[in-house]
Amino acid sequence: VKRELPLFITASIGLFMILSFFVPHQAVSVPADFLQQSAIIVVAFGYVLGGANVLRINFDAISKQAPGWPYKVILVLGLVATVAIGAVDGCRHDGGFLNEGNPSKWIYDTLYSPMAATMFALLAFYIASAAFRAFRIRTVDAALLAIAALIVMLGRVPIGNVFTSFLPEGFRLQDLQEWVMEIPQNASKRAILIGAALGVMATGLRIILGIERSYLSGEE
Amino acid sequence: VRRLTTLAAGALCVLALSAPPSARAQSAAPADTTTLPEPASGLVVRDVANDAGRSLDLSWKASPDDARGLVTGYRLERSTAPTGPWTAVDSTAAGITEKSDQSVIRDTEYFYRVTALGPGGESPARSITGPVRATSEWINQTRWSVLVLTVLFFAFVLFYMNMAQSGRKPFVRRIPGIDAIEEAIGRATEMGRPILYIPGILDIDEIQTVAGLVILESVAKLTAKYETPIIVPVTYPIPFTIAEEMVKGGYLHAGKPDQYDPNSVRFISPEQFAYVAAVSGIMLRDRPAAHIFMGAFYAESLLLAETGFSTGAIQVAGTANVHQLPFFVVACDYTLIGEELYAASAYLSGEPKLVGSLKGADLMKIVIIVLVIVGCGFETFGIQWLSTWMDTQ
Repeated sequence: VKRELPLFITASIGLFMILSFFVPHQAVSVPADFLQQSAIIVVAFGYVLGGANVLRINFDAISKQAPGWPYKVILVLGLVATVAIGAVDGCRHDGGFLNEGNPSKWIYDTLYSPMAATMFALLAFYIASAAFRAFRIRTVDAALLAIAALIVMLGRVPIGNVFTSFLPEGFRLQDLQEWVMEIPQNASKRAILIGAALGVMATGLRIILGIERSYLSGEE
Repeated sequence: VRRLTTLAAGALCVLALSAPPSARAQSAAPADTTTLPEPASGLVVRDVANDAGRSLDLSWKASPDDARGLVTGYRLERSTAPTGPWTAVDSTAAGITEKSDQSVIRDTEYFYRVTALGPGGESPARSITGPVRATSEWINQTRWSVLVLTVLFFAFVLFYMNMAQSGRKPFVRRIPGIDAIEEAIGRATEMGRPILYIPGILDIDEIQTVAGLVILESVAKLTAKYETPIIVPVTYPIPFTIAEEMVKGGYLHAGKPDQYDPNSVRFISPEQFAYVAAVSGIMLRDRPAAHIFMGAFYAESLLLAETGFSTGAIQVAGTANVHQLPFFVVACDYTLIGEELYAASAYLSGEPKLVGSLKGADLMKIVIIVLVIVGCGFETFGIQWLSTWMDTQ
């Protein structure tokens, strides 16, 4: 029963959700909406488990004075302070803890946002380093990639079009980059998406039918 | 069809009410900013077809003053009785003469009217439309094609699963990216370093996360076999609890449940860049010998893969997010593209039923290719029934 019951619940709810895609009637859509909203409650309990895991792993590292443990002290203090301040703000302002002037809003604007933006900004440097490696022409494939990238990049900036403005329409860089993006790029992207969509359906079917059951833990 | 016709007839039942004489007198006057605009007319309200009875579509003819710039917008009002009271449900800018009312209660009769707004004020409604009500349908008529193809696909998959179960295991081509996972774990074992497994950054409602977690069990089984530590940082709480079960299950299936480390699966944060910072820290501090990225990724794909590249680890990635694939192809040693991510668990487990499902997907691809070719041919010759049938809402 320990395995059969979860499998039965998975199969029946999975098939019901597939049915709701084809049957918009309230007899199906209302329970389907309810099931989707119920997931929020489950997620709320999940956050308690997640928070407990963060505290356990970091307290463990702090108590053992593992390398970098002072950072873990800052992490735990930051986590506890943010949760506590957010809870107080939420109670005081009827859930509007990100209202202007709240300490939670201050934490978000002056601590979280700049740090997230800093991480995101690193992407510019990583794109440069990755592009440098990608465009080293060693094989025919790499040469094709480099040529296509050059056409697309130059075709999308004004200077590229200035270079080729003397050519007849249809042969300018802007036209070539449009062709690359519209025809070969789109075709290959759609092929990947169709394959992936079938993979999604096959995975879903395997789970609904209980063939893929590893999520039920290892106990037989 | 009968219901739709009835509803359309109901919607078109317009109760013509004369505009107040004062308004007509004002609209006949020369147009200026103090004059009320001519009212809008011809309000039609239709029940939205193939839905759960949650919205009504409204359309009307623009005020003649709209083109002259004397209308600033339209206000839509609703009532349950033709005499009111009226409640404003929505408004539009000038020039827009269509709107959906998605705040209706199913099977409730409503009356609607539309007023034109101008610098001189609001002109009264010319007519009231109704009663009309939103009803729910039993079948979404535009999704027959999806239903037929879904049933066909499921039939293919079940057929090949049965065939595989009866002993005729289908051939599956080699997928170097998946073969590389065991090689990477072997290398980590030789170096005495852990494996880092990232099951994407989305929640469990994303099927790529499910696929990533299913692969995790096979990877955990291998790490248990080689007695190599595994680190699994997770973004959301539900995938976190499932990842714990997967890793535990992997160690159990490998016959080494006592070696399972409860600290191996770590909840980090659902915030994208907080997660990147934490995982980059793990890569640089713990120096895992292999990084395995399997799931849905966005902007963090290159941040993680490039940081991982700088540490010299073997990197295997798999995602169906086409925009992130080029980043992984550049920064990783092996990349699973699209469907290969979903095939990985079947490939790794080698279980006949799971492998059979891959062949079902292959057969469906042939059907889709044939449909695309036939559809192109039909469209070329002006035959449009296939594309109309395939059009869904």
